[in-house]
Amino acid sequence: MNRTKKNRLNDSLFKYFGILNTLLGLIMLAVFIFIILQTGLSRLSWDFITSLPSRFPEKAGIYTALIGTFWMLALTIIFSVTLGVSAGIYLEEYARKGFFSRMLEINISNLVGVPSVIYGILGLALFNRYLGLGGSLLAGSFTLSLLIIPVIIVTTRESLKAVPRTIKEAAYALGATRWQAISRQLLPAASGSIVTGIILALARAIGEAAPLIVVGALVYVPFIPNSPLDDYTLLPIQIFNWTSRPQPEFQVNASAGIIVLLFLTFVLNGISIYLRNKWQKKVKW
Amino acid sequence: MNQLIAKNINVWYGDNHALQDVSMIIDPFQVTALIGPSGCGKSTFLRLFNRMNDYIENFRMEGEILINDINIYDPVVNTEELRKKVGMVFQKPNPFPSSIYENVAFGMRIQGMNKKSELDEVVETSLKKAVLWDEVKDSLKKPAFSLSGGQQQRLCIARTLAVEPEVILMDEPASALDPISTSKLENLIFELKKSYTIVIVTHNMQQAGRISDKTAFFYMGKLIEYDTTKRMFLKPAHLQTQNYITGRFG
Repeated sequence: MNRTKKNRLNDSLFKYFGILNTLLGLIMLAVFIFIILQTGLSRLSWDFITSLPSRFPEKAGIYTALIGTFWMLALTIIFSVTLGVSAGIYLEEYARKGFFSRMLEINISNLVGVPSVIYGILGLALFNRYLGLGGSLLAGSFTLSLLIIPVIIVTTRESLKAVPRTIKEAAYALGATRWQAISRQLLPAASGSIVTGIILALARAIGEAAPLIVVGALVYVPFIPNSPLDDYTLLPIQIFNWTSRPQPEFQVNASAGIIVLLFLTFVLNGISIYLRNKWQKKVKW
Repeated sequence: MNQLIAKNINVWYGDNHALQDVSMIIDPFQVTALIGPSGCGKSTFLRLFNRMNDYIENFRMEGEILINDINIYDPVVNTEELRKKVGMVFQKPNPFPSSIYENVAFGMRIQGMNKKSELDEVVETSLKKAVLWDEVKDSLKKPAFSLSGGQQQRLCIARTLAVEPEVILMDEPASALDPISTSKLENLIFELKKSYTIVIVTHNMQQAGRISDKTAFFYMGKLIEYDTTKRMFLKPAHLQTQNYITGRFG
C-alpha cells in the first residue's frame, strides 16, 4: 500500500471512530430516556405531583420535593449570583493583577473540579454544625451556592473579558467612573453570556444529590417548607430515596420523578439557549 | 480657553522609556497633528492629556501637563471632570452596543441628566455639530452598529461633543475609514476647530498637511520638531523630519 492510500485510510478510520463515539453517547442517552419514560410515564399524573410522600408507593408523590427544589433554586440564585457575579467583576475589573490574584485565579479554577460531596462535608461542618443552621433550606442553599459560585465567577470573568476594551475606554473618555463604565456598559454587554452561564450552573445544581444528602436533605418531610429555616427534601433526594427501597413500585415512582427532574433541566437549558441566541443576534462587535 | 502645556514629560512603561523630555505648547482653536512612525510615542503623548494612560500597568510619568493653568496630574484633580473637558475619539469607531440616541445621551446620563426634553435637545445639537443628524434623524432608535464605519466615527464625535468638551483628542480617527468617509471627517474637523482645540494623531502625511495648523514630529520617544504645518512640510529644520514626511522612512 502506498503512502497516499495509507493516509486516506487513516483519515477515514478516524472519521468512523468519531461517528461511532458520537452515536454511542446519543444511543445511551436515548436508551436511558426510553427506559425512564417506559417505566415512569404511566405513573406521572397530577396526583403524583401534588401528593405528599407516603410509605405506600401508589399514594406517594413529589409535592414536598418539588416545592423544596423551587425553594432551593430561589435561595441558591440569590446567594450564588450575588456573590459569584460581584466576585467575578472584582477580580476582572478591580483587582490588581499580581501574584496574589493569579493564585486566587488558579484556586477558583480548581474549585470548579472539586467533587460535590466535598462541598457537602464542608457545608455540614460550617453551616449545619458551626452556624447551627441544622438541616435547613438555608444550610442547603449555602452549600449548593458554594458549589456553583466558582463556576459563576469564571463565567462572569470570561464574559466581561469578551467585551472589547474599547467600550470601556469610550466610557472612561466621556467621564464615566469605573463603576459607571462597568454597570452601564460592560455588564449589559456581557449579561447575555453571564446569564447563560448562571442558568447552566443552576441546571447542574438542581440535579445534585450528593452534597445535600450530607447536609441533611435525606429526611422524611411530610410538609412543604414555609421559611428558609425549615427542613426540606428535594427531587434528586426523593428519587435517590425511592430507588433504594426494595418494593418495585417505588422504582416506578423514581422513574416518574426523574421525568419531572429532566423536564426542569431541559427547561432551564432551553432558556439559556434562547437567551444566548437572542443576545448573539443583538450584539456584534 | 488657554493653551495646553506639556512640561518636561518623561514616560516609562516598565523599563521602556517611551517619552523623553518632551515639552510642547498646543494653541487653542487650532488643529495640532502628531506624526511619526509606529512606536514613536505620539499616541502615548496624546493620551496624557485625558489621563487614559493611567489604566496601563507599569505606566510611570514625570513632568507636568497644564490645562487652564492646572496640572492635571495633581492628585486633587478629578479625572472624571477632566475627561468631560478633554474628549477623545479613538482609532477604531467604538460605539456602545446600544441605540444611536443612547450613544450620544450616555455622557449626559452618567452626569445624572435624565430629563427627556433636555436629552433630546443635546442629542440633536450634538448630532448636528457632527454633521450626522440628517443621516440618522429618522433612525435614532436603531442600534449604532447598523451605521457605516464613517457614520459610526462621526457618532463617536457627536457623543464626545455632547458633554461639551473644550479639547478633543483624536487617535488616528480616519485609519479605519474609506476615502469618502475620511474626507467627510476631515471637513468636520476643519469645522470643529472654530469651537474646540483639536489634537490629532495621524499616520497619513497628506491628512496632516490638509487639516492641521501645526505639526509635531516624534521619533523614538523624542519630539524632534514642532512648527507650523506649512513650514514642517516645506522647510523642515531636521533631516529626519524631511525624510519621514517625504516617505523615505517610517
